Amino acid sequence: MNKVLRVFVAVALVVGLGALFPGAAGAATKPNTELTVSAAASLTDVFPVIADAFTKRYPDTEIKFNFAGSSTIMNQVLAGAPVDVIATASEPTMQIGVESQRVLRPLLFAKNTMTIAVPAGNPAKIKNAADLQRSGLLLGVCDPVAPCGAAAVEFFAKNKLKVTPVTRELDVRSLLGKVISGDLDAGIVYLTDVKAAGSKVEFVEIPLKENVMTTYPIATVTDMKNNELSNRFVNFVRFSTTAQSILRAYGFAKPW
Amino acid sequence: MIPGIVALIFLLIPLIALIAQTPWESFPKIISSPEALEALRLSLITSLAATGLAAVFGIPMAWLLAREALPFTGLLRALVIVPLLLPPVVSGVALLEALGRRGLVGGFLYDNFGITFPFTTVGVVIATTFVAMPFLIITLEGGFRSLHQRYEDAAATLGASHKRIFFRVTMPMVAPAAIAGLVLCWARALGEFGATITFAGNFPGVTQTMPLAIYTALESDRSVAIALSLVLLVVSVGVLVALRGRYLQTRAS
Repeated sequence: MNKVLRVFVAVALVVGLGALFPGAAGAATKPNTELTVSAAASLTDVFPVIADAFTKRYPDTEIKFNFAGSSTIMNQVLAGAPVDVIATASEPTMQIGVESQRVLRPLLFAKNTMTIAVPAGNPAKIKNAADLQRSGLLLGVCDPVAPCGAAAVEFFAKNKLKVTPVTRELDVRSLLGKVISGDLDAGIVYLTDVKAAGSKVEFVEIPLKENVMTTYPIATVTDMKNNELSNRFVNFVRFSTTAQSILRAYGFAKPW
Repeated sequence: MIPGIVALIFLLIPLIALIAQTPWESFPKIISSPEALEALRLSLITSLAATGLAAVFGIPMAWLLAREALPFTGLLRALVIVPLLLPPVVSGVALLEALGRRGLVGGFLYDNFGITFPFTTVGVVIATTFVAMPFLIITLEGGFRSLHQRYEDAAATLGASHKRIFFRVTMPMVAPAAIAGLVLCWARALGEFGATITFAGNFPGVTQTMPLAIYTALESDRSVAIALSLVLLVVSVGVLVALRGRYLQTRAS
């Protein structure tokens, strides 16, 4: 083996294994004050802000996030992912975890409604839900396996809309991304997503009586590492005025 | 010796687990469902189209690189291989920036001709061609390079045209490398996921190929995902058998 190759392999091993086993490398870790939270994609913006408030109140704690579609994170938990707390964008998804006894006593902490996201400038000139039926319109939705997709199906059915979406994205953020980039004319997303995206995207409001809503449960995972801290975070999200006012600021409504 | 055995076990266990977890009772029903057949049909069409495009454009590119017919061949070779090393999702993002409706080239095509690629089957073919073509190019370039120029020179002294030399002398002599390159390219196209879902989206019958169908099924019904995965595993093994001369040969042969 020549010298360069030998050095490369040694460096790769040390760096790679060092990162995998931080304890072995001598770095002191504080596993008991670390919390891993899996959360629905639509919580990507608001949860880090809530986590900041939480760590300000309880110093020496560290929160790590894993954001993905609700069904993805639930599948990870069912498969035994090392997660302490899970927050999904729909009750049926959480119910799967409850039935498999992988999560404990979910609490509803927020409510969201749907809206029609359009690229800045609304190039397809969509004015209401009925416009979504126009032929040739590039409409995107989430796949029905994701809560935002299930909500979109419910929304179309409730208003008897005959639509032909061109894509079923697996989480709401990838759908929104394709609206922002202008590749889609419209997408059915959560109201909070367009609020978080600011001026990059516009939206056409869906009147309350035409709209559908989804509620967000949060729960601890059965075999979490730190029982007390996990419960503290769940209660903080659900009951603290700090967390609830942050949720309001991001457009989430009270579920109670 | 022991690290080698560890590697072998590491590579084999997931495959064994996949086979062990296959729901054999419902397997025929799952793979003959309209959704599965549609995904399989779409995968076959798009991967074959991508391989065809790679052949038409990639074979000449491999020849240009092997013969160093263009300036900065070293640099060009590196650039051609970039999609091979790039994470596929990055390829998808890059394709959106280039060929999306507001992309560098895509914006022009949409504004002037109303052509869009994302969310179409053509978009899937573009994404898979981008990711898979380098496999053909680098495999075949090696074949062209190991072919001594004297055969082509001899044909030329006998009065054969460039075209005739290429098709009657060069290509038959690199046929093994060409076949290996095409099969690798096709296998890579068949398995393409990241660039496809990023650039072309996910819709059954239009852009939802087998890997996307597997990923979508995983969210709702794991046994469907496993059954569909097994189909692709069988295809991969088939590719290996087809290339047995290349990977299964022992020292004795």
